[in-house]
Parts: sequence; C-alpha cells; structure tokens
Amino acid sequence: MTKTFTLDGKVIPFEEGETIMEAAAAAGVYIPHLCHHPEFKPHGSCKLCTVNIGGRLGAACTNRAAEDMAVESETEALNADRRALTQMLFVEGNHVCPSCEKSGNCQLQAVAYHLGMLTPHFTHFYPARDVDASHPDVLLERNRCILCELCVRASRDVDGKNVFGIGGRGIKARLIVNSASGRLADTNLSVTDRAAEVCPTGAIIRKRHGFTVPIGKRLYDHHDIAEVPVAGMERPKRD
Amino acid sequence: MSAQDVCDLPGIVARWHHDPANLVQILREVQDSCGTIPSDTLDRLAKLLDVPRVRIESTASFYAFFHAESHGAYEILFSDNIIDRMAGKEALKQYFCERLWLEPRKLSEDGLVYVDDTADIGLADQAPAMLVNGYAIPSLDKARLDLVAELIRARKPLAEWPPMLFEIPDNLRKPGPLTGEAFAPGAALKAALSRGAETTLAEIDASNLRGRGGAGFKTAVKWASCRKAEGEAHYVVCNADEGEPGTFKDRVLLASHADLVFEGMTVCARVIGARQGLLYLRGEYRNLLEKLKSVLAGRREAGLLGRNILGEQGFDFDIEIHLGAGAYICGEESALIESLEGKPGKPRNRPPFPDRCGYRNQPTVVNNVETFACAAKIAEKGGAWFASLGTPQSAGSKLISISGDCKRPGVYEYPFGVSVRQILIDCGAEDAHAVQVSGPSGTCISFREFDRRIAFEDLATAGAFMVFSRERDMFEVARNFTHFFAHESCGFCTPCRVGTSLLRNIMDKLAAGKGSAYDMNEMKHIMHVLRGTAHCGLGHTAANPVVQTMEKFPDAYEKRLKRLDFEPAFDLDGALQTARLITGRDDEWAHLDND
Amino acid sequence: MTEPKKLKVATCSLAGCFGCHMSLLDIDEKLFELVKVVEFDRSPITDIKHCGPCDIGIVEGGVCNAENVHVLKEFRRNCRILVAMGACAITGGIPAWRNNVDLWDCFQEVYSYGIGLENGQIPNDPELPLPFDKVHPINEVVRIDYFLPGCPPPADAIWKFLTDLAAGREPKLDYDMLHYD
Ligand SMILES: Cc1cc2nc3c(=O)[nH]c(=O)nc-3n(C[C@H](O)[C@H](O)[C@H](O)COP(=O)(O)O)c2cc1C
Ligand code: SF4
Ligand code: SF4
Ligand code: SF4
Ligand code: FES
Repeated sequence: MTKTFTLDGKVIPFEEGETIMEAAAAAGVYIPHLCHHPEFKPHGSCKLCTVNIGGRLGAACTNRAAEDMAVESETEALNADRRALTQMLFVEGNHVCPSCEKSGNCQLQAVAYHLGMLTPHFTHFYPARDVDASHPDVLLERNRCILCELCVRASRDVDGKNVFGIGGRGIKARLIVNSASGRLADTNLSVTDRAAEVCPTGAIIRKRHGFTVPIGKRLYDHHDIAEVPVAGMERPKRD
Repeated sequence: MSAQDVCDLPGIVARWHHDPANLVQILREVQDSCGTIPSDTLDRLAKLLDVPRVRIESTASFYAFFHAESHGAYEILFSDNIIDRMAGKEALKQYFCERLWLEPRKLSEDGLVYVDDTADIGLADQAPAMLVNGYAIPSLDKARLDLVAELIRARKPLAEWPPMLFEIPDNLRKPGPLTGEAFAPGAALKAALSRGAETTLAEIDASNLRGRGGAGFKTAVKWASCRKAEGEAHYVVCNADEGEPGTFKDRVLLASHADLVFEGMTVCARVIGARQGLLYLRGEYRNLLEKLKSVLAGRREAGLLGRNILGEQGFDFDIEIHLGAGAYICGEESALIESLEGKPGKPRNRPPFPDRCGYRNQPTVVNNVETFACAAKIAEKGGAWFASLGTPQSAGSKLISISGDCKRPGVYEYPFGVSVRQILIDCGAEDAHAVQVSGPSGTCISFREFDRRIAFEDLATAGAFMVFSRERDMFEVARNFTHFFAHESCGFCTPCRVGTSLLRNIMDKLAAGKGSAYDMNEMKHIMHVLRGTAHCGLGHTAANPVVQTMEKFPDAYEKRLKRLDFEPAFDLDGALQTARLITGRDDEWAHLDND
Repeated sequence: MTEPKKLKVATCSLAGCFGCHMSLLDIDEKLFELVKVVEFDRSPITDIKHCGPCDIGIVEGGVCNAENVHVLKEFRRNCRILVAMGACAITGGIPAWRNNVDLWDCFQEVYSYGIGLENGQIPNDPELPLPFDKVHPINEVVRIDYFLPGCPPPADAIWKFLTDLAAGREPKLDYDMLHYD
C-alpha cells in the first residue's frame, strides 16, 4: 500500500522521503513557489509555499510528507500571507514590468497574478543595485533578483562552476559573482549553462533574446501559473 | 601597503589546517593582523584553500566585523543596546567624536580612527561600553573617553594601554549552586567516569535539566538522541554566542567558571562518544580568548583533556575555540554550525536537527554555556540534587543578567520560580515600570505582571532582565530592538529579510512624529507574516517588542500618531530639499506643507 | 423608472504618459454606455481645472514633484473612492527609473549638458514644479482605495472595474485583465 496524506482534503500519495511539494506536484496539485525547482536541492527561502501542516506553518518544499498528515494550502489566510511575501519581493527590488524582457514569462509576476496581487502595497525600498552587462551573452539585472539562489544552486550543483553566490546579509543581501572584478564577463559562465536559464525572474537573461515573443503569446499571458506545467515536476514513473 | 606585507596569509591558513571549514577563523585572523580584508586577499585565500572566490566573498561580506575598507589603526564600536543609550551612550559618542574631530562611520582624515555602533556587546551591567579593535572597555564616562582619546592621539598601541581600562568585573550579586560553590576541576569527570556513560546520562535525565539558551529543550533527550545517532564522528559544541541584547551571564561563567563549562562539555563527550569539542565564542568576547586558552592548556596538563582522560583508556577529547565575528544569528544552533563550517551564518532547514546531522553533517550536541555548567554540577552531585532545586517543570537554578534602571546591575543566580517582583527588590529597582525578560526576542512585561515567575512554565528566559523605570519611553525601547533585528536578519528568507526592515522604517517614521493608525495596522500585518512564515526564531520573534509594547503601553504609541487616518510614507517637504539646493529656490511653491 | 444617479468621476495624470487615459478612451463604443452611468468632473477630457466632490477619482502616474502632491491631495479630499490606475501610479513605473540617479545629475543632464543646450542654466522659476529626490507611487502619499494595474490597464479591465464599482460590486478582474505591463 502506498502511503498518503491529505492536501486540502484531497488524498495525495507519496514515497518515503518526498517533500510535500514533490508529492503534490506529482499529483498535479499546484502549491505556489518561487525558490523551488524540481531539479535542485530544496532551499526553503522564499516561503511562498508555506502551508499549514497539522496546525503548524511550514514550507512545503522542505517539509517531508508523512503518513496521514493533514496539510492545508488553498486557504484565504495562507494566500494572504503569500500575497504579502510576494509584495515584499516586489518592493525590495526594482521591478518595472513594462520594460522588462521577462514580462509575461516571469514566475514572480505570474505568482503575483495567481494570488491576485493588485499592488506591491508596502513602501518601496528603491534600492541602488548594479546592472552587469559585461558578459557577451548574458545580462545580470540585479534590480530584479529575488535571491532565490536557483542560479547559485544550478551553477554549483549542475554546471560545477560556482559562478554565483550571495553576499552581504539582511536587506543588503545581494547576488555576487565569482570574479575578482565582480564582473560577470570575468567568470566562466557560458550562455549554455543551466545557471544562465534557470532564473525565475528577469535577473539573468540571454542577451538579444528579449521581447521576441509577442504579447498575448507569452507563457503566462492567458494561463495561470498553476496550470502551466513545469518540466520535471511530475514524479518519474515508478514501477 | 598591501595586506601581503603585514599579514602572513600562508601562516594563518596553515595554522587552520588548510581547511575551508575554518574560513571564519582565518578571516578573523587576517582582519586582526591587517585591519581589513582587502579584495586581493580573497583571491589569495581562494587559491590557498582551493575554493571558489565567491564562497569566500559570501562569508567575508556576511559578518559585521569583517570589512574591506580600512577602519584605521583604532576601530571604535559603541555598544548600541537601549541600555547603553539610557546610560548616555549617544551623548558620550558625540563627545568622543568631537574630541577627535571625527564623524561616525567615516575614517578620520589622518586615517587613524573609525567610530561606529555595534549591537549589544554583553556588558549591559556596565553600560555604556565599547569595543576598541575588538577589545571591550566598559563603564564609559567622559574621563575614560578622554583617556582613550589621548592614547589614540599619542598613537599608543593597544597593548600599551592601561589595563584598568579593560578590566571587567563579574558583578556577581547573588551566587548560587553554579557560581557560588568552589569547583575542583575533574570532580565531575571522575564521578562520571566511575558511573559510566549510561548512568551519567540517566543522572542528567533525572535532573530534569532543560537547555539554558532559551528554548528549554530537555538536555538528556538531546544527548541520548545524539549518542544513538550513527556517524563518522560525534561533536560537542558549546554555544557561547550570547548575542541576545541584555544577556551577559555566559560571559561571567566563562570569565570565572570556565573549568565548570569545559568539564560539562567533557562529560557530554563521554556520554555521546565525541572526540572533539568546539566553543563558539562571540567575537565581542575576544578579551576572554587568551584566558580560556590557558584554562584549556591547564586542563590538558591535568589530564582532563587530551588522550586517555583521567587515565581512562580510549577516552580522548579536546576542545577548540572558534570566535564569532559580529552576527547575532550565529547563536541559532544551525547557523552557528554553518559558521563553524566557514559559511555565512544562515539557519539550516530542519529537520534534521544537529543531534543527528550537525557539525560536518555529523551527530552534534549544541548546548548553551550555562547548560554545560549545570551538566557538570549534575555529574558531580547527582540528578536528584539538581531536581530538588527550582520548580517541578523547571529544575535547578537560573543565571539572570540584570541591567537598566536598578541600583545593583549584574549577575544573579536564582532557583527557578522566583518572581519578577523579588528580583526587582533584590536589584534595587523600586521604580520599575516594565521589564524586558529574555531580551528583544523575549517578553516585555509591565508593572501589572510583576508577580509572574521566571520558569519555563511562565516566563522562559535565556537570562536577560532589562529594567525600565517610569520615565523610560517604551516606544524607544521597541524601536531600538527593531533596529537590532533589521541589522541582524541573515537575509535568507523573504519575510524576515524584508519585514524586519519594513518594521524598522515604520518605527522610525513614528519616531519622527509622522505616524498614523494605518502604520500601526501595517506593523501588525507584518508581524503576522513574520510569525507565520519566517524561517527561524529570529524572524518569528522580531516583531514581538513592537507588538507587546503596543499592547501594554499604547500611550507610548498614541502620543506619536500624527493623525488617525494616513500619513505619507516619506517626508514630503524633506524630499524637495535636494531640488531646493540645486535650484536655489525657497519660494512658497518650493515647499510642501507636511500637514 | 427613474434613471439611477450618475457617478461623478474625475481623472488626472501625474507622472505618467497619458497611456492609461488613452486606454480609458479605448473602451470605444462602451464609452457611450459608460457615460450613461458616469459623469466626468475634472479630467483631460473635460478641461475642468479643479476637482469638485466626486464619487470616484482615477489617478494615472506616480508622484514626482510638488505639484503632483497638490493635485493628488485635492483628489483625495474630493473623491469618495480613489483609484490608482496603471503601473506608474502603483509602483512609480518607468519614471521611477530615475530613482537611483542623483537628482543633481538629472538637472545637469537636462539643463546643462543636454543636446542643443548652450550655457544652459538651471531654472529657478517658481512656476516650475520642484522635483522630489525620488518618484513615488501615489499610495505612499495618500490613502488609495483601489488599484488597477497594467501599463496601461487594458480597456476591458477599466470597463469591468468601473462598471463593477458603478453597480456597487467589489471590482474583480479576470485573469486576462490582470497584468503589470
Ligand atoms: C536567533 C537566535 C539566537 C540564539 N542565540 C543563542 C545564544 O546566543 N546562545 C544560546 O545558547 N542559544 C541561542 N539560541 C538558541 C539555540 O538555537 C539553541 O537552542 C541552544 O543553543 C541550545 O542549547 P540549550 O539546549 O542548552 O539551550 C538562539 C536561537 C535563535 C533562534
Ligand atoms: S522580473 Fe518579473 S516581476 Fe520583475 S520586472 Fe521583470 S517581469 Fe516584472
Ligand atoms: S539571479 Fe535569478 S536565479 Fe539568481 S538568485 Fe536572483 S532571482 Fe534567483
Ligand atoms: S528568519 Fe531572519 S534570521 Fe532567520 S533565516 Fe529568515 S532571514 Fe535569516
Ligand atoms: S518554494 Fe518553498 S520556500 Fe520557496
């Protein structure tokens, strides 16, 4: 017999060691997330996937599923918290969607749509952050970085390069790169690296590929992120 | 002069076994010997340690005490807890800066001195206090600052400064079983060895000892679980980060009862089967390092550390000291372990907890300094003795660090269950109006609650006890704490990284007399998000001071609200100042009425 | 049956590009339906200079100078419901790109070194609105009741929003109507 738990009352099967997020995704249930990606080690920093696990709040992407546990995700209260977290991510950076190459294909924006966010609400920080256009093929636009560390994980764990890291702490935390000059051009990042394409926002983008898809045809123009399948989120066939 | 000239990088790296896990210690020594950690040093360290530069930069840029720019020959950091402020820190700092023609946060023109603030340095009973090149000077007043200024002007090396400046009395006001009785080094270990590991663990269990670092987890359960856990090695870690503002009892234990603490660690090693122990000493307690090292040396000589301890074949254990570098979050046990491993102090995802997967991913016991001291006493005198002290749910005694508005600040050892009122009488705080128990992350209680008791079942505490008299502005207390949390947030998770700064900004807005009820609701909203979604205890509790003072001292807030409805998020007229300067305008239209 | 009382609506553009207003006009033939239920007070389409008591105020653009504040506060005083329309009103938008450029450099660029300028001088004419250090969304200056995002918000969204409000419903945008660009 497979083990199961319930998610908003729905019975979800899981395999030993799977997280709530993994089991839910395999069952086709969407839990909002930003720093989670099925190919990389769970990170648990954005907190968008916060669910209620038998009365205690916790991140779905880092908490393991357990037999008969009752998890709530689609509640008004949790979605309100998620909206607030999304708003925090917007005000801590400089997100000008109308002029962003990633708009329409951006997961931060799409999650915000999903949550019905109409305004970033909190007072904007308007931080001064550097744009790094030094690399021939890749633009690093720190104004849009949400510090999800997907690029950090991809470069370290998949590309074996350690191009990215996080420097500083608190609200001053920032994306740093592996070169003495601090410039992306002086790292060994290649445009074919996993790290160059994993960014959920418009912080790392391929040069000369912006605005190629017309408005209306972009990933999230007509589809809620909950309905857009992410490659790799299904559980590999077992048997 | 490049760093290369003054700092023997290969030597430092070799002393730390070329191990990247010791990066924080390596960086500390670099910082100590050349005053900065310049960019080229990061490159050279990357080569010497064979790790990517970006990892070194991550760590170097995380800790408050590391910096790439020069802070001159004398770096002066004023402790900035509310207690320091109440003791006149702001005025003294200004006085000091004026004497030396300085501006805070700006290297003096001759490149000699740099002055800034730092989070509480563990001397609240001797406030205001400061660090000079990492070494603490307590009880500041004008005369002492005059002396410091003179020494700096004469460019006297720190080593030649009068030792009396650095003298730090224990201020132990009320001794108890831990602090009042003589302890013969080895007594607890001998008892433990003759009892055997299992029986010793049973004694710890019978004692009902619970962790003294704040959370109050039962120590025997932690030790038993670690003992059972499989791994290549087991580790004992003593948490001497003591970063919670207003707490300083671990400093006193380490300054005067270090043998008791080390012995507790050694007893733990015996129980869980560890060969190595680590003491994580907050950087602010740098002045204790040499003394602690000599206590360790003495214990090695006495056969209480090293190989075959007390002649017991195969009982090998030694203790190494790691220094922190200005990061409160490193008191959180998993962030502490990250720091011990040379990384930024960011709390791990748990489970697994350290007892199964801790230092170097091996089973590790992390306990507070005082917990180990208790464990040594229990090993010596038995669990039943300890359990007979205090209350049924909170056995033993508790060290309380008392500061603020009282006649006799210092360390008091009480049996658990003592009432706040009793403590206030003992320390001479007749005028007390509020007490912040267990620091900013703890509980603020008002005069109406002075019959509450210090115990896990009522007021749990890591030891801080800051007293505020009727004249004190509880809003300013809370505001100081929100600055503390915003500064100390590690930045890992969204709610705390952003939320603590939002809170700080709103409190500053209120302080400027520009708050409204909207802002109050906003703070409650942020608090709710922090409590629910933050990654660790820092974020969970970061809004407590605001919420609790709002509830218990509403007047402190209400008198600051400009109006009930709404006030702009920024100073409208102030935001025109730059343009006024540029255009030279000062006409009616060049101003905005802030009303 | 008596006609329901028309809603009085005022609109204005602060630090915006009038794109949102264009979108408002873009509701095309529905505009006729709209004027059956609403009546415009101050608005670029009416030429009324000051906003009188209104049911709904719609503000395009962020706040970049002192004059914006006067207009915005007048709207807040007079409008029962105040709506932030478009990315600039809600986030500062494109004008907020200047927020990390030193104001002094902005002035120099515009008045001293700009193309075609000779002996350019920084004007000190009181008629010119004095700029803020930074551009701010309008909810950082006055209380805002509703937000209608988009750059510009689609005409359909504006239509839906206004008709919901006119009908006394809580405005709700369909997925296709909610976007930030
Ligand atoms: C933000 C934060 C800071 C902490 N700081 C300390 C500290 O300075 N000293 C300490 O002993 N425990 C501190 N703790 C608690 C530790 O995580 C851990 O619970 C404790 O060291 C366990 O030891 P104990 O069981 O002996 O109390 C802190 C926890 C948090 C969340
Ligand atoms: S990264 Fe996403 S949210 Fe940010 S500006 Fe670009 S599209 Fe908008
Ligand atoms: S650059 Fe992109 S992937 Fe990297 S941390 Fe920032 S948002 Fe995440
Ligand atoms: S709650 Fe704060 S300190 Fe804790 S992990 Fe999150 S950001 Fe770091
Ligand atoms: S997706 Fe789980 S915390 Fe980010």
